[in-house]
Amino acid sequence: MKVLVAVKRVIDYNVKVRVKADNTGVETANVKMSMNPFDEIAIEEAIRLKEAGTAEEIVAVSMGPQQCQETIRTALAMGADRGVLVKTDDELQPLAVAKLMKAVVDEEQPGLIILGKQAIDDDSNQTGQMLAALLGWPQATFASKVEIAGDKAKVTREVDGGLETIEINMPCIVTTDLRLNEPRYASLPNIMKAKKKPIDEKSPEDMGVDTAPRLTTIKVEEPPKREAGVIVEDVAQLVDKLRNEAGVI
Amino acid sequence: MPADYHGGESPFDFDHRYQGPAYTDDHHAWRATLRAFVDQEIMPHVDEWDEAGGFPRGLYKKAADVGLLGVGYPEEYGGTPVDDPFFLLVTAEEMARCSAGGINASLLVHNIGLPPVMAVGSDELKQRIAPQVLSGDKIHALAITEPSGGSDVANLKTRAVLDGDHYVVNGSKMFITGGMRADYYSVAVRTGGDGNAGISLLLIERDREGFTRTELKKQGWWASDTAALYFDDVRVPVENLIGEENKGFAGIMKNFNNERLWMSASANALARVCLEDALAWARDRQTFGQRLADHQVIRHKFAEMARKINATQAYLEQCAQRVAEGERPVADLSMLKVQSTLTMEFCAREAMQILGGAGYMRGCRVERIYREVRVMAIGGGSEEIMRDLVARQMGI
Ligand SMILES: Cc1cc2nc3c(=O)[nH]c(=O)nc-3n(C[C@H](O)[C@H](O)[C@H](O)COP(=O)(O)OP(=O)(O)OC[C@H]3O[C@@H](n4cnc5c(N)ncnc54)[C@H](O)[C@@H]3O)c2cc1C
Repeated sequence: MKVLVAVKRVIDYNVKVRVKADNTGVETANVKMSMNPFDEIAIEEAIRLKEAGTAEEIVAVSMGPQQCQETIRTALAMGADRGVLVKTDDELQPLAVAKLMKAVVDEEQPGLIILGKQAIDDDSNQTGQMLAALLGWPQATFASKVEIAGDKAKVTREVDGGLETIEINMPCIVTTDLRLNEPRYASLPNIMKAKKKPIDEKSPEDMGVDTAPRLTTIKVEEPPKREAGVIVEDVAQLVDKLRNEAGVI
Repeated sequence: MPADYHGGESPFDFDHRYQGPAYTDDHHAWRATLRAFVDQEIMPHVDEWDEAGGFPRGLYKKAADVGLLGVGYPEEYGGTPVDDPFFLLVTAEEMARCSAGGINASLLVHNIGLPPVMAVGSDELKQRIAPQVLSGDKIHALAITEPSGGSDVANLKTRAVLDGDHYVVNGSKMFITGGMRADYYSVAVRTGGDGNAGISLLLIERDREGFTRTELKKQGWWASDTAALYFDDVRVPVENLIGEENKGFAGIMKNFNNERLWMSASANALARVCLEDALAWARDRQTFGQRLADHQVIRHKFAEMARKINATQAYLEQCAQRVAEGERPVADLSMLKVQSTLTMEFCAREAMQILGGAGYMRGCRVERIYREVRVMAIGGGSEEIMRDLVARQMGI
């Protein structure tokens, strides 16, 4: 089985994100970028499937500017076999990514697609679901456990009330949640070996996909600063504040 | 506050400093891996391990798995053959971030113990030792210094006398890093007459009869197991001779060049940690109605720290470049080591002044670094010995 894994280049989770001075977005110049942590989990899951003999080949796919190649290299250094870079400097919204992914899927014909449940930059939590709809494939989102047996996948999902286990037909789409696994480090020998692994480069135009944004960003602002807390004297005061200041009861 | 300041992203911290063209994507990828490794496997335990005087042995295995132990060693022995000193720089810098020199000293002690075996040892010896060391199963220390002296290597006294197919070793070694837990020791012994020309290197296993050790307590490097070693009629088979008899001195000296580059990179990175932590503090701390960082005296301290760190970094990279080109710039590596440890000393002092009482408390990175300045300035060739070597190279 071939596994396709989506990997996105995002602002590193350690970086304190700042809004651009002109309120058009967040500052990305000179900011440390890394692989979306949920995608690291996706790659790790694919590697484990390969180690277990369930998967034969892992293809890491990234979309965006040339630098996304570094993110693919990280995936290759963790253990993916080859990469596909869909190169564009244009803004890509989840629907565009899902359409591009569909085009890659049509070409690669994988048996399983693993994506992060969301990317930590815009937290959209849409791409996997949209891709499933476009392909007409079953989906198991927020996975915390994946077991594959023959043409069925048994997936434990993290839902609001706890855990839900579902069984779906292959080929299918899985999106990863935090507790699915602990991703391995890209070891030095594997970093060196990854250099020899191929990365295929494509463009949205080659693939005939329209990536024009459907959503317009009007303004990006910092969330309001948190104010210092106060200690209330008694329950009456608490209720009063909740009712008259916070307006929540 | 400068308009372009965004909290922990100054051009002097680890992520935003200038990294010249010598650093390739491979170096950056390795840096990212080590960053995550140190943050996840070491940082959360640093204070606990340092106070406890040691770290779990399992860390060697983890370090091996990530490729840390094998940097620069041949693939056939389990290493990753990156023969470029910038990998050494990146490794030293990232490991220094944990700020516990003792963890690094013991965890990576094989980088002083194993190189003589790799450089001049027999194939049999390499095959017997290297794979187990690079896999993190065995620990390999280096024992040169003796109670009677460390700087004057040529006058070491531990004797090895040939008796049939064994050497019989008598004497003792002092301040040996990894000395309590090591499985293998590359030991400098006297097999011939006085001076350089009578020194050999022997590989001695920990369980040889007559070989004992005691632990030493230190000012810093608490997480490192430093020991005195005693050899009392220890019989070592001749196959354990590393290289040729009476030719050990050159091997020891060659080892020092890498060790000095490593220590220099570490010392400067530790200076950078001091700057980083003091900067974060001074931007936050209010004194006399303004930020500590707004007082001119304090601002100048930062400028001085940054100036020294950047100058040292430039020198470090110049030396690394020359090593990469196949040179062995002994005088410059010696000056570099002095430059780096003086920079570390200066920054540890200034950072602690800026941190005030908080900097004097355990659990603060600067407090530990302050206690670990001297071992960097004395070990691996003291400042005095380095300067003497420079003067001699200058033909004075
Ligand atoms: C924590 C720690 C770990 C160590 N780990 C190891 C290890 O793993 N393996 C190992 O072999 N050694 C190790 N050492 C030993 C270290 O290399 C020596 O301490 C160092 O070489 C200095 O030797 P010494 O301490 O005997 O000092 P000495 O040689 O006695 O020198 C004492 C002082 O006199 C100065 N001095 C000496 N000669 C001259 C001169 N000609 N002119 C001017 N000044 C001079 C020196 O600079 C020094 O300041 C370690 C030391 C420490 C502190």
